[in-house]
Amino acid sequence: MKTAIHTQIMHGVNLTCVSAYQFKTGCLSMTLLTRLDKKTVALNAVLPSVLRRGTARLPDTLSIQAELDGLYGARIEPVVRRKGEVQCVGFLASFLDDAFVPGRQSVFSRTARLMGEMLLSPVTSGGRLRGDYVAVERENLMDAIRAEINDKRIYSINRLVDIMCRGERYGVSRNGTLADAGKISVATLTKQYRQLLAGSRLEVFYCGSAEPAEVERTVREALSALPRAAELEGCSTDVLFTPKGSRVRKPVEEMDVTQANLAMGFRMGQAARKAGPAALMILNAVYGGSATSKLFLNVRERLSLCYYASSYIDRHKGVMVVSSGIDPEKCGEAGAEILAQLEAVKNGDVEPWEFDSARHTVVSALSSAMDSMGRIEDMYLDRTVSGMTYLPEDLAAMALDVTLEDVVKAAGDIKLDTVYLLTKGAAEDGT
Amino acid sequence: MELKEYPAIGEKAYYDTLPNGLRIVVVPKPGFRRDMAFFAANYGGADRRFRSGGTWIDTPAGVAHFLEHKMFDMPDGSNALTTLSSRGAGANAFTSADMTAYHFDCVDGFEENLKTLLQFVSTAYFTPESVEKERGIIGQEILMSENDPDSVIYYDMLRSLFRRNPVRESILGTEQTIAEITPEVLYACHRAFYNPSNMVLVTAGNQPPEKIAEIAMEIIPERGAGRPERDYGREESAEPVQAFSAREMDVGIPMYLTGVKTAGNLSGRRAAKFEMTAMLTLGSLFGRSSKLYDDLYNEGLINDTFTYDFEISAGISYLMFGGESRDHEAVNGRIIRAAKALAANGPDPDFFARWKNAVYGRMLSGFNSFDNICYGVANSVFMGYDYFEMPSVISSVSGEDAADFAGRYFDPSLMAVSLISSAQR
Repeated sequence: MKTAIHTQIMHGVNLTCVSAYQFKTGCLSMTLLTRLDKKTVALNAVLPSVLRRGTARLPDTLSIQAELDGLYGARIEPVVRRKGEVQCVGFLASFLDDAFVPGRQSVFSRTARLMGEMLLSPVTSGGRLRGDYVAVERENLMDAIRAEINDKRIYSINRLVDIMCRGERYGVSRNGTLADAGKISVATLTKQYRQLLAGSRLEVFYCGSAEPAEVERTVREALSALPRAAELEGCSTDVLFTPKGSRVRKPVEEMDVTQANLAMGFRMGQAARKAGPAALMILNAVYGGSATSKLFLNVRERLSLCYYASSYIDRHKGVMVVSSGIDPEKCGEAGAEILAQLEAVKNGDVEPWEFDSARHTVVSALSSAMDSMGRIEDMYLDRTVSGMTYLPEDLAAMALDVTLEDVVKAAGDIKLDTVYLLTKGAAEDGT
Repeated sequence: MELKEYPAIGEKAYYDTLPNGLRIVVVPKPGFRRDMAFFAANYGGADRRFRSGGTWIDTPAGVAHFLEHKMFDMPDGSNALTTLSSRGAGANAFTSADMTAYHFDCVDGFEENLKTLLQFVSTAYFTPESVEKERGIIGQEILMSENDPDSVIYYDMLRSLFRRNPVRESILGTEQTIAEITPEVLYACHRAFYNPSNMVLVTAGNQPPEKIAEIAMEIIPERGAGRPERDYGREESAEPVQAFSAREMDVGIPMYLTGVKTAGNLSGRRAAKFEMTAMLTLGSLFGRSSKLYDDLYNEGLINDTFTYDFEISAGISYLMFGGESRDHEAVNGRIIRAAKALAANGPDPDFFARWKNAVYGRMLSGFNSFDNICYGVANSVFMGYDYFEMPSVISSVSGEDAADFAGRYFDPSLMAVSLISSAQR
């Protein structure tokens, strides 16, 4: 793999091109970056699905699918991601690398063209997005919101963040609420589409075997009709360093479940902000993000208090979440042990082998991430959103230099904010 | 080792069978940073009744998965998962209906990790205390799966479909069945199934093939005891046990799953062709490129959770399809009609040619993933075909094959439908 080439190809349009020859496929994404906002979150969440339905040239899904099937099963999927308080809205394509295409036709250039059309020239009716497409995709978004309850682990984490970050943009849920989604209309969505397209930064990412000059030419052509406002929207994440309240909030919800889910939210504090991303990754691996972590080896293996207990850190927002699946009888015990293990990390009560294992795990995961196009694409988007100055492939080398002292320091200001429990009980109405 | 090249798809692989019966496949993947090793036994949740030393042994549901959990314990008190993880390797294991696999990937220290992998999977060490403790952990895993609507609906469907075949019982077992598991049961299963001639070692990455064979010889020198004979029960009729089952759960939208038994006793290239025919037919009927999918989607009868799949295991095979829907009867009615039309007229030739290209491209993209390669190769070794020839099998499936498949397996009397509706909250 060769180091990426970044080019500003138009006002507010950045192209990142990573040359790689080991994959069977190429990868292309176009992502608009906008502030996560309750007013627009549902509109943005549904937008790429509506745009994916039909373009001026290929006005319905069947003709788009026929085109993609003809391109050896190329995929162009609507993707809406959340990075801190930035909503990333766009398309992600994976397609057979031209080297493996029978007859050597260029699948890449035709995929790029189609993605450009989805973004810039959706099929319209009377100058607006088509009502039938908007209606179906709105229903699907509402179904997706309703189905968020199906996976109790993710549901619990979402509810925790919801409650802990109420009033912050981070507390806005990924797809918005049912009420937000229900309000989507052809008029509001068309207006938001035009605003987003002209007024947001656009990140284009390519990874594959095509020459960077050819990639740039192809992308420029695909985006030639992109409208650009003089002033583009800036977006960043507000970080809260300490919990808002003086007391830890402990909401409990009851549902007909066989297993309880405990989700604990922490503010990482100033010290974590100052620590580099590599130190935070190792901190997470030491505490709860690996198979040699304190949570895994103690709460699960040694004490058998749960089936799983793991942590993740959102660097953008300075938030850490621990999530655990437990016997409803053991909630108190498990919660106390999870906190005790955090204290151990803060006190530097970490065996040399625990630290080495965590660092090894992080270095290895970062290196092998470069074996996956999907991971590479996501890490580069992370880089852009957080304004990092180094490349994802440099992170592994940086992790090698992190010491236990760095990790202890980074953990120094972590404070518990909210504990959410989903447990068994008589089903009740509402919350 | 024997080298086979597959120039059309840019892959090659080295094959070997050691004197002890262990089959080894080494897949070179230049340009990637990591290496992966995947050590699998042809033994899964459905292999409950087997012959060992002349006598038939019955084991409780969940034993293969329980054994997988316990394999990481070493006699010196260490845990192999911790050992591998502490070296930075990403290690894990899984149990399916017909396979138990242990694997790791790493960017350095491959040889040492490989030795650890082969060592711990070959070493049976169980104590009553450690088995007792694991019961608690697996008990939690069972509870978790009972909260998971996808898992619940899948086993509801399998129980409706099969009368005897052990795939109808959860791979995890139940609280009652795992209560019967003792160290003796685990030793018996390990002895019968974890012997080299019932196993395969697959690696992907940049390791020299000879070295891998050499390490395997060094760690696993004993001769295998042969592949144990298994009993999945008498052959079943094509019809399901019951056509419909329903339950309520906390789900956002009702979901349903339909299953149909297909051919039994598939192996070798016949299995490969049958599987490809199934996947091409199902995709033609109601895949995302089909007219039917588009219609149902636009009418709001299905959403993008609608999926289909096909499985071969434990002497049987079955197809399944379903997803979230508020009117599964309407959806299945339309599917049955479309299948009749497909059976009568065959697929549109242009559509079918395009669809085969699409499946070809997607199959090739699967060769990016080490997990996918290792699992696919191990599975094909157990099934008796060549995984890297799968892309070429696609071209051997004709429109008539698809028409025949649709005509044979979309009779309403063959279908078992399971439904989960939203609990009233």
